[in-house]
Amino acid sequence: MNEKIFQMINQKAFPTPFCPGCGHGILMGAILRAIAELEYDLKQMLFVSGIGCAAWIPSPHFKADTLHTLHGRAIAYATGAKLYNPKLKVVVISGDGDLSSIGGNHLIHAARRNMDMTVICANNSIYGMTGGQMASTTPLGSLTTTTPKGNQEPPFDLCKLAEAAGATYVARHPVATPIPLIRTLKKAMAHQGFAFVEVLSPCPTQFGRRNTFQTPFAMIKALKSSCLSVEKAKNLSQEDLLGKVIVGEFVNVKNLLYRTQMNAENSDIQHKNKAEDY
Amino acid sequence: MQLKKVKSSLKPGWYFMQGDEACAEGAIAVGCRYYAGYPITPASEIMIRMVHRLPEVGGAFIQMEDEIASISSVIGASWAGAKALTATSGPGISLMIEAIGYATITETPCVIVDVQRAGPSTGQATRPAQGDIMQVKWGPHGDNEIIALSPWSVQEMYDLTIKAFNLAERFRVPTFILADEAVGHLRETLVVKEELEVYDRYKAPGLPPFGTEEPNGVPPMPSFGEGANLLVTGSTHDSWGFRKTADSAVQARLTERLVRKVKDFKSEVVATENHFLDDAVVGVVAYGFTARAAFRAVKTLRSQGIKAGLLRLISIWPFAEEAIAELGKQCGVIFVPEMNRGQVAGELRKYTSTPVIPLPKTNGEVIEPDEIVDGIRRNLA
Repeated sequence: MNEKIFQMINQKAFPTPFCPGCGHGILMGAILRAIAELEYDLKQMLFVSGIGCAAWIPSPHFKADTLHTLHGRAIAYATGAKLYNPKLKVVVISGDGDLSSIGGNHLIHAARRNMDMTVICANNSIYGMTGGQMASTTPLGSLTTTTPKGNQEPPFDLCKLAEAAGATYVARHPVATPIPLIRTLKKAMAHQGFAFVEVLSPCPTQFGRRNTFQTPFAMIKALKSSCLSVEKAKNLSQEDLLGKVIVGEFVNVKNLLYRTQMNAENSDIQHKNKAEDY
Repeated sequence: MQLKKVKSSLKPGWYFMQGDEACAEGAIAVGCRYYAGYPITPASEIMIRMVHRLPEVGGAFIQMEDEIASISSVIGASWAGAKALTATSGPGISLMIEAIGYATITETPCVIVDVQRAGPSTGQATRPAQGDIMQVKWGPHGDNEIIALSPWSVQEMYDLTIKAFNLAERFRVPTFILADEAVGHLRETLVVKEELEVYDRYKAPGLPPFGTEEPNGVPPMPSFGEGANLLVTGSTHDSWGFRKTADSAVQARLTERLVRKVKDFKSEVVATENHFLDDAVVGVVAYGFTARAAFRAVKTLRSQGIKAGLLRLISIWPFAEEAIAELGKQCGVIFVPEMNRGQVAGELRKYTSTPVIPLPKTNGEVIEPDEIVDGIRRNLA
């Protein structure tokens, strides 16, 4: 399997740009393993990303078509490509700032439309590439370069946001548990409709060292111990859940897909009039 | 430009049509098969025509959540192989500016219709203006050698939309139709011919999609799903799309080519029309709806014994430098009526030392022929 994964990576792109201890490398491996296990043809896949560290996971590493777009707009670009060519398997991979802050509008509307695509959000709770500024996902009290006294803004729960907006598959996993992560990514990519996977990925460089995690390993360990499966969380009280992050599958339903191609045969709009009649 | 003839999608003949609708029909005729837009006065009629027409020809339509999403999805569709269109007005262009810069650096063909309205900001949404001349050219940061055409009639809303798609594909550059509320909402005769000329995207598998040997070339453009392993990025990139974010030689070469690939071949783009210029000593330069009033004004001035002539700009960007220089040599003075505070008039001064007198009007109303006549007579007196 490892040799197969290696062949899916553009050798010219090495070394990867990720810092030591960054979780994005684990996520990159997990995505490629999921694709390999699903036996998808990379040539029929399109990977779209925005701006930020996570956006560099597919571009330029994946040996497939990649579209590295503007900050926040990945889902909108992906929508155009998918609508015009519904045969493309479209996967958006980007960060929490890109997808939920500057790109929040596109995220909720693509979810509302149940646009047939997979969105993988690498959430490191911080703006890493630009130097560790507060994100819309930064936990309360955390130190960042723009919250020197601790973050006072409550963070988004991205999975609840995606669910409320209408996503038909929603799940969350940390990179600390790659096996369930790969299993989830496979389900998300095989899902018909808008699938959203939030992947918790540590950023020791910009988040960890300012917030009492002395080593990347300490950060991974803390991430692992703070996660609680959705099944276990069911029987616990609000107090017991304090400080815990619930992981697992939250939504997996079927719903009407956004019409991926409007033409005379399958359109849901009546076109009795031809142009000459106008 | 290698053009092929195709049959018209509309039955040949005479139509009574609105400018915005003629624009949509021109897009369908030339092979546009993707539209994404967001409602805005006075451009919404284009979107409404497209939602009916695209399904008839197997195309895709979507109303996006905002203008940023509209242009973004148009760029995505273009890379998936579509001839793609969006239409908006000044405020929408303002939102699209960042993505227009992205289309420039990624060399993505797309057509953006700007039905201009009175600004700044929300201004007067239902009133005409020509205030976006500089916005479409200099809005994005860095240098953008975009193409912009300015129709003066319903016929040109149709014809120039066809031309805009051909130029966008030929040069791999975002191309604008700089219309205005008056020509967009105007209803008059449209003549549809049996055939039209279409430029199809140049594909050459195996060749780099983001660079050429020549410093002014247009590389071939593969689509997603064709196995080209496309690396499309808005960062500075080499000819295969690899990011080169700190290589000054690559940055210099790319930025030079993005400008020269259009500028060096601008004779394929620049279009002007002469009216009564043969013996003219008083020059008038006008474009878009204003050129209709200028045409009438020049005729009136001639009947009053003033040898006036009109140079109509059909293309705005790249600018008609040679035609302006020629006009400057011939005429002792040049008047520029326009529905802004002198955006094109200022541009003229770069290419002629002949006095250029702006005749601006920004009250949200079209310029009347008599106002041009009076303005010219007052200045000549």
